[in-house]
Amino acid sequence: MSVARFWRKIPQRYNLIGTRCESCGRHYFPPRSFCPDCRRGGKIVEYRFPGTGKVVTHTVIRAASEQFENTTPYVLAIIQLDEGPRLTSQVVAKPEDVAVGTRVRSVFRRIMADGESGVIHYGTKFVPVKSEK
Amino acid sequence: MVGIITYGVYIPRFRIKVDEIARVWGANSDEIRGGLGVYEKSVPDLDEDTATIAVEAARSAMARRSIDPEEIGAVYVGSESHPYAVKPTACTVGEAIRATPNMTAADYEFACKAGTAAIQTCMGLVKSGMIRYGMAIGSDVAQGAPGDALEYTAAAGGAAYLIGNERPIAEIHHTCSFTTDTPDFWRREGQNYPRHGGRFTGDPGYFRHVQEAARMLLSKMGASPSDYDYAVFHQPNAKFPRRVAQVLGFSAEQVKPGLVVPRLGNTYSGSSMIGLAATLDQAAPGDRIFVTSFGSGAGSDAFDIEVTDTIQDHAIFDQAKAPTVDSLLQDPVYLDYAQYARHKGKIVMQQ
Amino acid sequence: MRDVAIIGIGCTTFGEKWAASFRDLFVEAGSLALKDAELSGEHIDAMYVGNMSAGRFIEQEHIGALIADYAGLSTRHIPSTRVEAACSSGGLAFRQAVIAVASGMEDIVVAAGVEKMTDVGTGVSVDTLAGAADREWEGFMGATFPGLYAMIATDYMHRYPLTREQLGMVAVKNHRNGAKNPIAQFRSEITLETVLSSALVADPLRLFDCSPITDGAAAVILAPLDRAREFTDTPVRVLATAQASDTIALHDRRDISCLDATVVAGERAFAMAGLPREKIDFLEVHDCFTIAEICAIEDLGFCKKGEAGRLTEEGVTALNGDLPVNTSGGLKACGHPVGATGIKQVCEVVQQLRGEAGARQVDGEIGLTHNVGGTGATVVVHILGVT
Repeated sequence: MSVARFWRKIPQRYNLIGTRCESCGRHYFPPRSFCPDCRRGGKIVEYRFPGTGKVVTHTVIRAASEQFENTTPYVLAIIQLDEGPRLTSQVVAKPEDVAVGTRVRSVFRRIMADGESGVIHYGTKFVPVKSEK
Repeated sequence: MVGIITYGVYIPRFRIKVDEIARVWGANSDEIRGGLGVYEKSVPDLDEDTATIAVEAARSAMARRSIDPEEIGAVYVGSESHPYAVKPTACTVGEAIRATPNMTAADYEFACKAGTAAIQTCMGLVKSGMIRYGMAIGSDVAQGAPGDALEYTAAAGGAAYLIGNERPIAEIHHTCSFTTDTPDFWRREGQNYPRHGGRFTGDPGYFRHVQEAARMLLSKMGASPSDYDYAVFHQPNAKFPRRVAQVLGFSAEQVKPGLVVPRLGNTYSGSSMIGLAATLDQAAPGDRIFVTSFGSGAGSDAFDIEVTDTIQDHAIFDQAKAPTVDSLLQDPVYLDYAQYARHKGKIVMQQ
Repeated sequence: MRDVAIIGIGCTTFGEKWAASFRDLFVEAGSLALKDAELSGEHIDAMYVGNMSAGRFIEQEHIGALIADYAGLSTRHIPSTRVEAACSSGGLAFRQAVIAVASGMEDIVVAAGVEKMTDVGTGVSVDTLAGAADREWEGFMGATFPGLYAMIATDYMHRYPLTREQLGMVAVKNHRNGAKNPIAQFRSEITLETVLSSALVADPLRLFDCSPITDGAAAVILAPLDRAREFTDTPVRVLATAQASDTIALHDRRDISCLDATVVAGERAFAMAGLPREKIDFLEVHDCFTIAEICAIEDLGFCKKGEAGRLTEEGVTALNGDLPVNTSGGLKACGHPVGATGIKQVCEVVQQLRGEAGARQVDGEIGLTHNVGGTGATVVVHILGVT
């Protein structure tokens, strides 16, 4: 991923910045500047998702693409944030600790790096909440 | 009065036992454990580094107190293992806690005391009225050369302190430093692992600087060790801080709550800062805490800290909103040496 | 709108074809199709070529022009168009060709598909295929294509009674069919045990749940139905063409285990053909992964959600069953040269309808093809029948 392309979405990647339509209450991640339900009647404002949610479905990636090769096996999941939107992310946990419905919260982790000399891409992953002390 | 507004700590969940490292190098684990007073050390996950640890610690600090991140005027991150040689960790942290863009930032390096140097800088910026709040972080994923004595203790972790002067949970009455050009431990640019002067790191390094800075502070405050409830020293192992405490006149009880190294290892820039956090985790209003860090190269920063009523005012500061040091030390996941080497990037991968 | 017929088909063998280049593959398939239709190049009015990613696999774009040139048609200056919809590029190329003939714009049109995947290493292939999904919000987070279908499988198996064994039986069946297909990449049968003990790729999907990396090309020639018998005694009629789209990211779907684009495209196809589902005699569906075949059978409406596993186990979808699925061996055993698959599916149905399918021949007068792009963001369905 080019430096500009990664940088452009830093607010979404680091801080789960999306939007919310104040007219109908619907939340959007990634952000939408136009509410498909309310259309011109909608009032869109920025919304930062606190990052709590649950696992909708999951898998364990054992054969990854190049940039992720050295971190396998890892848990990939579709997570539903409490406000409604879904996203795809990794869950940092042992595979046996992740199931459909597991509650999760967001953490800040390294996603990938552009080789040994390129830019490091940071972003948001999730951890199960039950493993909290 | 300038002081600590809020604080947070992050420790990765993986550990490796000193015994396991000793097994690989054919060393006597009883001797090593006994000599260092350390049982196990923390190890970062495959996707953790100094920046991710710094962010988690800073976010924990922000979770405990309602602070508008845009009011943070400075972010400084001290480390020996910044992910980039050029491109500050402080920028990534600033972005992740939403303090950007109206802030100043820089990364610090002063071996294990880079984080406390950041605290001092933030104190100056706050006291002079230049900023309202400053975030000072000490974070490291420390490296020790395979087979070297440092490998047993080089650990991963970080602590973040938000400095300000509006209703701090602990006031910093004074800070002073003792700094000289002393080559006790160093790492040249481009080298993977640090080197050290062996026994030279003791008296001319750690002990001289900690003692001199500590005595300077006691003299300035007109105080003696018994005036304090707690003392926190830099913890490369369990022996050095206990010995320097004794030499200075502090008791084992004063040092105990802040002595985290036996189950954590030496988190380098995080070391004394995590020790202070562990102390604050159980401190009461009115408690006086004496802190002296040490960074090779060399220097020590000493702090006279007094806990205020605000630390127990849940309307303002809620410690329960983020994990305590003790809770972060529970339920570790143990690795064997091979997994540890993979996590620490000690295995040369195909480019 | 005119009725459209298929007058010629051609397919290369599918597999790791080290000696064949991208251009070689296309020329071979095209030549076979022309020979089958007894046509020469100068009869061709237009070409549509399905290709997912020549840009990444062989660093070549401008495929429409390239193909026309290497087909020897540069002096004819015919319109030649590359069509891309990830893994449904071939099916979509066929649809564009059908529309061109049906509209009266063109008469004799080639619809082809080609993909050369083995000129790059596996790491690059896997990453290129991930471009069929959402790079920004799925790929960047570490999702792989098998990983996305694995998440469909996890969701499906959480909600419906599909066993791991039933899922494996899809692969066993397709290999049994592929063993009878001269062009298939894998010509040997496998046991269920082989499937269940193969290496995990993305839990619960194992190596033998996944279609392979393949080189190959296929081509069909279309003509208006009322001219078809000028060229062939066995024209096959295109009874319906349908296409539907959906969100690119799996996490934005209404229902993770139901490809709405399949449901809609299927319904549109049946409406256009004016046929009920019972009239369909056999299917070529998009089994990029075993779970995809399960969902396809259900989402096309041939049984209720949750039943396709049982149907597979009972042999209903086998070669000698009531509703044979993937007589070619599917993507799993025949292979999946991405852009070519949709065209190969048409070739298989045509061979079946003509009675030319040899050891894998089934009875039937109407067949259906189902081609999916990504995890279901594009679906193309065609219904073909004897005239």
